[in-house]
Amino acid sequence: MGAVQIQAQDIHVGNIVWLRENDEVPCDLVLIGTSDTQGLCYVETAALDGETDLKTRVIPSACMGMDFELLHKIKGVIECPNPDKDIRRFDANLRLFPPFIDNDLCPLTIKNTLLQSCYLRNTEWACGVAVYTGNETKLGMSRGIPEPKLTAMDAMIDKLTGAIFVFQIVVVMVLGIAGNVWKDTEARKQWYVLYPIEGPWYELLVIPLRFELLCSIMIPISIKVSLDLVKSLYAKFIDWDSEMIDQDTGIPSHATNTAISEDLGQVEYILTDKTGTLTENRMIFRRCCISGIFYGNESGDALKDVKLLNAVAGSSPDVVRFLTVMAICNTVIPIKSKTGAILYKAQSQDEDALVNAAARLHMVYVNKNANILEIRFNGSVIQYEVLETLEFTSDRKRMSVVVKDCQNGKIVLLSKGADEAILPYAYAGQQTRALVEAVEQYAQLGLRTLCLAWRELKEDEYQEWSLMFKEASSTLVDREWRIAEVCQRLEHDFEVLGVTAIEDRLQDGVPETIETLRKAGINFWMLTGDKQNTAIQIALSCNFISPEPKGQLLLIDGKTEGEVCRSLERVLLTMRITSSEPKDVAFVVDGWALEIALKHYRKAFTELAILSRTAICCRVTPSQKAQLVELLKSCDYRTLAIGDGGNDVRMIQQADIGVGISGREGLQAARAADYSIGKFRFLKRLILVHGRYSYNRTAFLSQYSFYKSLVICFIQIFFSFISGVSGTSLFNSVSLMAYNVFYTSVPVLVSVLDKDLSEGTVMQHPQILVYCQAGRLLNPSTFAGWFGRSLFHAIVVFVITIHAYAFEKSEMEELSMVALSGCIWLQAFVVALETNSFTILQHLAIWGNLVAFYVINWVFSAIPSSGMYTIMFRLCRQPSYWITMFLIVAAGMGPVLALKYFRYTYRPSKINALQQAERMGGPILSLGNIEPQPRLMEKEVSPLSITQPKNRNPVYEPLLSDSPNSTRRSFGSGAPFDFFQSQSRLSSSYSRNCKDN
Amino acid sequence: MTNTDRERHRERETAFYLFTQQRLPACKPVLTPAWVITIFLFTGFIFIPVGLVTLRASRSVVEIVERYDTECVPEPFRIDKVSYVQDDSIPKNCSLSLKVRKYMKAPIYIYYQLDNYYQNHRRYVKSRSDRQLLHGWKYHATSSCQPVEFNNNQPIVPCGLIAWSLFNDTFTFIRERAELKVNRKNIAWKSDRDHKFGKTVYPFNFQNGTLIGGGKLNPRIPLSDQEDLIVWMRTSALPSFRKLYGRIEEDLDADDVVVVHLMNNYNTYGFGGKKKLVLSTSSWLGGKNDFLGLACVFVGSSSVILAIVFMLLHLKSRR
Repeated sequence: MGAVQIQAQDIHVGNIVWLRENDEVPCDLVLIGTSDTQGLCYVETAALDGETDLKTRVIPSACMGMDFELLHKIKGVIECPNPDKDIRRFDANLRLFPPFIDNDLCPLTIKNTLLQSCYLRNTEWACGVAVYTGNETKLGMSRGIPEPKLTAMDAMIDKLTGAIFVFQIVVVMVLGIAGNVWKDTEARKQWYVLYPIEGPWYELLVIPLRFELLCSIMIPISIKVSLDLVKSLYAKFIDWDSEMIDQDTGIPSHATNTAISEDLGQVEYILTDKTGTLTENRMIFRRCCISGIFYGNESGDALKDVKLLNAVAGSSPDVVRFLTVMAICNTVIPIKSKTGAILYKAQSQDEDALVNAAARLHMVYVNKNANILEIRFNGSVIQYEVLETLEFTSDRKRMSVVVKDCQNGKIVLLSKGADEAILPYAYAGQQTRALVEAVEQYAQLGLRTLCLAWRELKEDEYQEWSLMFKEASSTLVDREWRIAEVCQRLEHDFEVLGVTAIEDRLQDGVPETIETLRKAGINFWMLTGDKQNTAIQIALSCNFISPEPKGQLLLIDGKTEGEVCRSLERVLLTMRITSSEPKDVAFVVDGWALEIALKHYRKAFTELAILSRTAICCRVTPSQKAQLVELLKSCDYRTLAIGDGGNDVRMIQQADIGVGISGREGLQAARAADYSIGKFRFLKRLILVHGRYSYNRTAFLSQYSFYKSLVICFIQIFFSFISGVSGTSLFNSVSLMAYNVFYTSVPVLVSVLDKDLSEGTVMQHPQILVYCQAGRLLNPSTFAGWFGRSLFHAIVVFVITIHAYAFEKSEMEELSMVALSGCIWLQAFVVALETNSFTILQHLAIWGNLVAFYVINWVFSAIPSSGMYTIMFRLCRQPSYWITMFLIVAAGMGPVLALKYFRYTYRPSKINALQQAERMGGPILSLGNIEPQPRLMEKEVSPLSITQPKNRNPVYEPLLSDSPNSTRRSFGSGAPFDFFQSQSRLSSSYSRNCKDN
Repeated sequence: MTNTDRERHRERETAFYLFTQQRLPACKPVLTPAWVITIFLFTGFIFIPVGLVTLRASRSVVEIVERYDTECVPEPFRIDKVSYVQDDSIPKNCSLSLKVRKYMKAPIYIYYQLDNYYQNHRRYVKSRSDRQLLHGWKYHATSSCQPVEFNNNQPIVPCGLIAWSLFNDTFTFIRERAELKVNRKNIAWKSDRDHKFGKTVYPFNFQNGTLIGGGKLNPRIPLSDQEDLIVWMRTSALPSFRKLYGRIEEDLDADDVVVVHLMNNYNTYGFGGKKKLVLSTSSWLGGKNDFLGLACVFVGSSSVILAIVFMLLHLKSRR
């Protein structure tokens, strides 16, 4: 509070930090005092977890009531765990030294802390003791470097690079040996070269090393730079996309990870969360069942059910108790706005829905003042004192509060939770049948159910338990587990009051999105913490699975190993039989069976995972979600995990691609994810448009980068055969550098604007995503095509150049410039031929680059001291130079164009067919042409996707094992049919189809 | 003014917006049969005439090529030509008679052609110092010239293997007893004479040592006027090359006989190289070289054939 400025870095652990309203918390603090008499203060944690609602923080009980002056002199010890990144846990103890009141251990939780980067709000001042500072704060620890993700494409490019490297070594060794032999047999006779008679032994290495230098350009370094550049542009396109802006909130999509856009186009499995991802997570209280009476069944809205309204008006005791639990069994904070309306700040959407519904039914939760709650029912105000809050955890699946009725002093336990967490603990005599039915019925409708329960506690029972609870909450080890155990002792013998049913509507466009993506050959798994029935209902309503005749659900259940095993075997058998039929078979597994299956029958379950296109996993924990992702990844599938809540974070981080929905459960998932989108339906665009384009573009760009390096390298190699295998470079170093860095990288960079098909066509025919998924555009065989093309072009350039510039024209600088310009001309036409859509930028880059090449070389030719002095001027004046250039272009591009045209017209891939349909003609042509196609494709796609893992191997593996062979083969024969990408086997069946038309 | 500015600004903004949305107007060419067949036909119709014109130009060039390296070694020395050519005591003069088959219009270029001579060998091509050629022996960083950098601890100007191996056969031409006038000026590139070879740089310590390579240079003539050297130092990229020796500035008639007196000094016997003398006229395309013309005709006719094949394919598939 002095005038001295203190930097946050100078705060040490143990210092007392004072904060004023709207201050940012500089380090992790344990709260010891606030301006509030109840010891409360409010913080905004948006920067930490993205949740925008204010959270209350409270000073530990030991510090309660201490005044301003005393806080300056406070002394004590805080025992706290080592720094970690869990922003929801802080298991510590505080002991104050005399003269301060008791020297009892006082437990500290996250509720007693102010974490770095939060803001103090609505509180005049607060003070706290620094416990973690600098990089040891919760924020600092969670900042950690995320594991870099490698796309399938990058892995493929790395493999190809490896293959090229091997090829390079072979070339260097062969030429090195040839060079040494030539030197010993021929060059020694050539007096003008003046080789020393005897050289040191390492002379032998000189020629191989020269060739290594010459061939080092074979692996393009520019590819990394180009790829990084285009990848960041792909990410920008996602950020910019106005069709992926959430209209409700105005939040655009965002690519946090800029390096993995291509993977989006290769997704094979999507693992999705249900709540908040498929559904809106906008909870609306729809129905309820109170002591066996169903409300809201007719109208579909309990709040309008006259029966219920009458019961409320009549203060029927069951209904009143039910409403009381709805209103106060929660962690909601009511805030009075200036207009007098009450706003509820709830961390869970369910609680929010319940409290609001209770308010609509005249049980209004008015105020919370420290531990005193006020509710107003039918005009009368009732006060409760909250004694304990037994918080919700995903393991316990319920939460309870212990409150004391201020009027009569009765202590009651109020609970709400999942049916299986409440109903088994009902008191011995209660008839729960109606409730079970209600739960069933509601789940059938896809509603979320909660059971509400209540129990009166005796004073001494509570006191006894309270001690245990206190002790449990101050343990440092396994606190969560200990607390759960203690809670269990109180939460039994419930009187179950009823069941609430909350509707969570499907987001817009979810069924369409899922249908489209499944047509694209992507398999969907739903992983949810919800009940089986609810999950299945939601799955049905969003096209996840098909209803009976077409679809079939197979259930894996069982409580013991044996049962699970049998059930798994049975499902597997059915799967194997039906996998050949065009039937939608899905399996359903719950968390318990999944645990056993993953532990003991991993192999069988893996096989099941491969066979099945759809799965519903319900009642699964966050770590199980992550395990499932891991399982699919281990089968070499590209997985995409999408979720919105904190419980999806692990799965999102685990998956190849994590997508977070920046939804109502906070931004935790979105922050952990590689991509964050506002709505589930944007996934379609993200994958089909952005993912697919990225894949196509990178496939072209990377292979082209290799191609252009290989062209120049092959020319150097050929030249070495006519220069005495001595390792002379035909091109000077400036040209070589400019060739790789400038002349050839600029035109290809604009391929980021290339679109082979329009977005609309892709959306209509999602089946073509198969080309990306199966890696048809970048694999060893397409690469072999590019390799062949580079060899062919190198031969064309070299042969034409040395023959056209023979004898008196064979001057070195001129000849090298002719060869170089030949390459540049060819490059321009290769890029132009491979470009599917020309925007103005592409024209600029391709033809502008050609012009720039001449301008740059004219500049160099104008400098007297450069080796190229006057060369380009001389060449440009020669008619033979221009004839040579056109000859190179025609000879180099003619066969390529002819082959491309032939493939395109007579052996078209589905992409080609769609291109033709899209561009050639109006709707009539495209309708006539394409209509039969989906049918055909579906047949093809479904067996394809199932057999993919087997299919893949023959395509993928030859790369490493015989690439040197294959390259050598094509080197020798110059196989004319190799230089175009061999595209697909699918095409033949399509052409048959074409003829039928 | 401001209105148009604003409009322009808006336009630019929308262009950028279209770019961000990947919706820039684009033309999407399709490989339709019509287009492709037209392209191939067009290529054919361009290349065949160009090829024919080129071929005609090349054929119009009259060229006389005479290999002389074996004939010019007297019979007794033919077993060991190397020692013959290295022995200074034996006279190296030799005469050839060339018969002119067709009328040759002046200027007639005289080239010497070397085959199997690797001027592009890495060791050779690097062995020069452009700075020294321009600035003379004051320029010391001539390590690139190794192994012909110093002799007797004194720098060699011009240094390096290329200069050291200068071609030194000489030719004189006689027609009907009268010597033909051979112009030996302006045979090198003007840019080289002006900017690459110093006007004040004189040969120094050149071909003085134990190691004698090719020709010698007149130490009183500056490098910029030593045109034979300048021509020689424009190294060839191919192992078989021609270099300009001079020009005959008189026409030669058909059936003229030109007698060439030459000094057969240059050693190509050690490595099996060939020496040829070439007299050639020139066309707008340069010397005689049928390759371009033939290649153009070949490419053009292949294009036409491809176009016809595609046309037939197209007609067949349509039916």
